[in-house]
Amino acid sequence: MPPPPCSPFSPRSCWHSSTCHSSWWRSTRSTSDRTFGWPPPGFTTQWWHAALQAQGPRDALLTSVKAGLGATTIALVLGTLLALALSRYDFFGKHAISILVVLPIALPGIVTGVALQSVIQNVLTPVFGIGAGLFTIIVGHATFCIVVVFNNVTARLRRMGASLDHASADLGARPWTTFRLVTFPLLRSSLLAGALLAFGLSFDEIVVTTFTAGPDSQTLPIWIFDNLFRPNQAPVVNVIAVVLVALSIVPVWVAQRLGGTDAAGSRL
Amino acid sequence: MRNRRGLALLLGPPLLWLVVAYLGALAAIFATAFFTTDPFTNLVVRTFSTENFRGLLSATYVGIIGRTLLIAVMVTVLCVLVAVPFAFFMARVAPRRLRGLLLAAVLVPLWASYLVKAYAWRTMVQPGGVLDSTVGASPGYGLGAVVLTLTYLWLPYMILPVYAAFERLPESHLEASADLGGGPVATFRRVVVPSILPAIAAGSVFTFSLSLGDYIAVQIVGGKLQVLGTAVLQNITLDLPFAAALGTASVVIMVVYLLAVRRTGALENL
Repeated sequence: MPPPPCSPFSPRSCWHSSTCHSSWWRSTRSTSDRTFGWPPPGFTTQWWHAALQAQGPRDALLTSVKAGLGATTIALVLGTLLALALSRYDFFGKHAISILVVLPIALPGIVTGVALQSVIQNVLTPVFGIGAGLFTIIVGHATFCIVVVFNNVTARLRRMGASLDHASADLGARPWTTFRLVTFPLLRSSLLAGALLAFGLSFDEIVVTTFTAGPDSQTLPIWIFDNLFRPNQAPVVNVIAVVLVALSIVPVWVAQRLGGTDAAGSRL
Repeated sequence: MRNRRGLALLLGPPLLWLVVAYLGALAAIFATAFFTTDPFTNLVVRTFSTENFRGLLSATYVGIIGRTLLIAVMVTVLCVLVAVPFAFFMARVAPRRLRGLLLAAVLVPLWASYLVKAYAWRTMVQPGGVLDSTVGASPGYGLGAVVLTLTYLWLPYMILPVYAAFERLPESHLEASADLGGGPVATFRRVVVPSILPAIAAGSVFTFSLSLGDYIAVQIVGGKLQVLGTAVLQNITLDLPFAAALGTASVVIMVVYLLAVRRTGALENL
């Protein structure tokens, strides 16, 4: 796994490495008094121990993973169904539906967030007794994750064409058998790419989460945001920041192994 | 008949989800924009009124909407200016190995946490921060820092589609233009630009929409800067109908933008 490269031809990657660098540097060097000062006053690894022991970020990480898995599962099912319907059938209103899928990521997250929050407060809680929590986070995330699965599967279906499906039907296979034995195996890597993108999107999402998370369900981004401006927590936040930056190499590496740069993160 | 049933089975669950969980919620919040708030109890009063939308026309909110639009336009323009030469170099000039490295350099930050990146920029621009102590100059917290940070954050969303468009552009088109006597400038203007325009438009949907709605990076590096997102946030608890009207304004702007870029074929490129 190569570290993020810093090429002289790429002003961006250099910006990036210097911004990451600042955070990495502070996480190893800062002591508490001049949290935001530059350069940091000294070297210590005590914050790495502190971060490993802290309960808050650990719980938040767990919530994030649960929310990501839940939203990804829903998005995989719904996004695939939608992609199959739109690319294999012709019907009235097709165009409107393809715009409807894009809306949750094209419209500002704060609008979606406020809308979902008011539904939770005015409908879910009084009528169904469901308060803001993990469930509502998953519902919110799944809504905008559907589109990334949809995009990946649609692109693959378009390249595949329908001739294999027809051949399978001609040979007497029922639709479900065709899906299980023909379509699904061909879709597998695009589903994996879609799942990766959906999980990444959910894991990083903060705006919609702010409005759908209850007090007991904090995701990692919310924990970070809550502690960003607390001077005594800043070094721990820095450690987590470094870990997250280092981890961001993983999906890029996985996506490149999946083959094709299109899987790697276009149209997230 | 059987075909229709198959379609209904495929379309039913996702449509139910999107219409109930998403459109339903959006419709409810837009309806709220026509309600009012009782000034004494802060409770929403359900009588129809367009008062909130008239409130948007006051100098304060026209200023906030204008500033937000300015930020979104500046970020989009900066992203185009950086992304086009960068993507061109990546797709057409760089040798294979370097191309892979550059692509990784674009993708890794895309996957890194949004908050971490915004936070890192706070360290860059703050007084006495990295820029200040190394370059000796920094925009400080405010509009400049917001534009800089958002440009950094959304740049991959512009580079990736433009890069894909450059890769798709057949070499023969460029050769044909040269054969017909087109110089580099003419070829760029009349062959390259038209073929990457849909990609630029597609990328701009993200850079524009994400900048229009952002309020977190604005809170982190913007100092006291007010934008649409922060204004919505401030009004949510005290005056939900007015917050809903502000949200409606941002949705209207975005829908107008989507309609405007639709003719370039951008939406098929998303």
